[in-house]
Amino acid sequence: MELFLQQVVAGVATGAIYACVALAVVMIYQAIHHLNFAQGEMAMFSTYIAWQLLQWGLPYFVVFPLVILISFVGGFAIERIVFKPIENAPVLSHIVIFIALFAIFNSFAGFIWDFTIKAVPSPFGDGPLWEGAMIGKHQAGMIGVTLVVLLLLWSFFTFTRVGLAMRAAAANPESARLVGIRVSMMTALGWGMASAIGAVAGMLIAPVVFLEPNMMLSILLYGFAGAVLGGLTSPLGAVIGGFIVGVVENLAGTYIPVIGGELKLPIALFLIVAVLLVKPAGLLGRRVVQRV
Amino acid sequence: MAMSDDTMGGAAAGPKKAAPVPKGRAAAAGGRSTLGQAVFLIVLIGAILLPFFSKNFFVFQMTMLMVYAIAILGLNLLTGINGQFSLGHGAFYAVGAYTAAIMMENMGIGYVWTLPVAGILCFVVGFLFGLPALRLEGIYLALATFALAVATPQFIKLSPFEHWTGGVQGIVIIKPDAPFGLDAVINADQWLYFFTLVVGLFLYWLARNLVRSRTGRALMAIRDNPIAARSMGVNTSVYKATAFGISAMFTGIAGCLGAIVIQFVAPDSFTFALSVLILVGLVIGGVGWLPGALIGAAFVVFIPNVAEEISKGLAGAFYGFFLIAVIYLAPQGAGGLLRALAQKVGR
Repeated sequence: MELFLQQVVAGVATGAIYACVALAVVMIYQAIHHLNFAQGEMAMFSTYIAWQLLQWGLPYFVVFPLVILISFVGGFAIERIVFKPIENAPVLSHIVIFIALFAIFNSFAGFIWDFTIKAVPSPFGDGPLWEGAMIGKHQAGMIGVTLVVLLLLWSFFTFTRVGLAMRAAAANPESARLVGIRVSMMTALGWGMASAIGAVAGMLIAPVVFLEPNMMLSILLYGFAGAVLGGLTSPLGAVIGGFIVGVVENLAGTYIPVIGGELKLPIALFLIVAVLLVKPAGLLGRRVVQRV
Repeated sequence: MAMSDDTMGGAAAGPKKAAPVPKGRAAAAGGRSTLGQAVFLIVLIGAILLPFFSKNFFVFQMTMLMVYAIAILGLNLLTGINGQFSLGHGAFYAVGAYTAAIMMENMGIGYVWTLPVAGILCFVVGFLFGLPALRLEGIYLALATFALAVATPQFIKLSPFEHWTGGVQGIVIIKPDAPFGLDAVINADQWLYFFTLVVGLFLYWLARNLVRSRTGRALMAIRDNPIAARSMGVNTSVYKATAFGISAMFTGIAGCLGAIVIQFVAPDSFTFALSVLILVGLVIGGVGWLPGALIGAAFVVFIPNVAEEISKGLAGAFYGFFLIAVIYLAPQGAGGLLRALAQKVGR
């Protein structure tokens, strides 16, 4: 029982990472109805920028908001420069561009900062939360930040005009345009926000997994799994899904001998395919009915 | 088989009949078709003569080029002809490669026999993966196959398979020599080159005929308008799953050949990067244009070298910028450019 509890708590802590990535995934899905396969690499790149700024001696409380801002502008710019011209291109073109961005970010990160593993400090400090606690300071901080981001997002979408406009632009672009919403600007805004959330996730994850150009690939996969499980249209669902994926992953690693500690990625594949087959809308997502 | 060159001539007689047919449409003008024949013959003669005039390493590179071309051809059947995405074809390539390695090294079976087995096995695996994929469209299918690609190396490392796959260490394969006393004339590299060439020609012929058959038309109908296709009586589920199977079969055979040529398989050779490579080749060569596979394969084999010469680790960025440029400037890839050129010249 002790082991079980410990694994659940550890699962919730890793789940916070996935929840954060899943939030970014859902954010971008809301804005463009695509899954951004370069999301993880963008987050990794933001984290590298954070690491560089910390190396230059800036304090963490300056670096954190600064990197979020840089990432927001970066995401916004990518949408304007790369995706605006091919707005109406077929799905394959979009996927190819995602893959292209993936390759570019991955390659440039290795080119600029080389492929050695780097340690990123945690803003919350090391060690357990209190004497004899099952959960570490950083893990608790991660869960806290994820919940704060979720709360901020929820308030943004519920209480602000821009949030309402973004929801309208995603739900029905034509009508939104007719009532004077600049739909393409909303898309760019969505990109910027997704990129910023990704940066938060990256900076939280880096102290746990260490910084290197390929650190986000498997985490992105779990993030996708969390987003799909929770429902691609629901930020709350994504967070819940992320936590569930974290717990399931940890328990499976502990109790299914075949999988062991290291090889948990097939679980993500299994989860994604299973959810898409059994309940494609996810736990909290809206069902989409296609008219013929 | 002693007359391997003659066999090739025989195989050549099949495909040379028609020009590269864009998206399966019948070639419009007779002149285009003759041009296509001529280009095909020149490329074929060049391909046969090449190993006698170049270094072993270049022969090896060209062999890998053909291997990737076969893999890209497989993905093209799925994406270009049937309109389904896959970011996970590296997985089928891995299945083919491991089939070859396990059969040759653990069971001691001749390399020639690994090809049909890999083909059938990958067809089954692809078909089975295609069944759930039926319910997934567009971005969801991309997601599922993305997950497949990312999880593949870890699947191979799973401990129950370790006895067969050699775990992280992988399997070393012994390079086969040319049979029938041909080894006096050509070395092992050259023999593998010709072997791959014959297999590649056969598969191309197969793919081309498939596209022009009733099945091919059904696949394209599903791509262009699934609802209309269904109401015309096309069983979309069966055709889509079959397309997945056939596509996986091609890519699996490519993996099988690739393993024999490289003489080594290990889980980390089959990462997401491999799936990206196949996709890049497809887009560069031209989605839906079968001969484009060769151009795409040439790109993925040679461009990384050029990029590495400029700076180490920049190959990925090169891929990325090329992909974006292609999507902007020539969404049809090399095939589209060539067609546009042919039209300009023809006028």
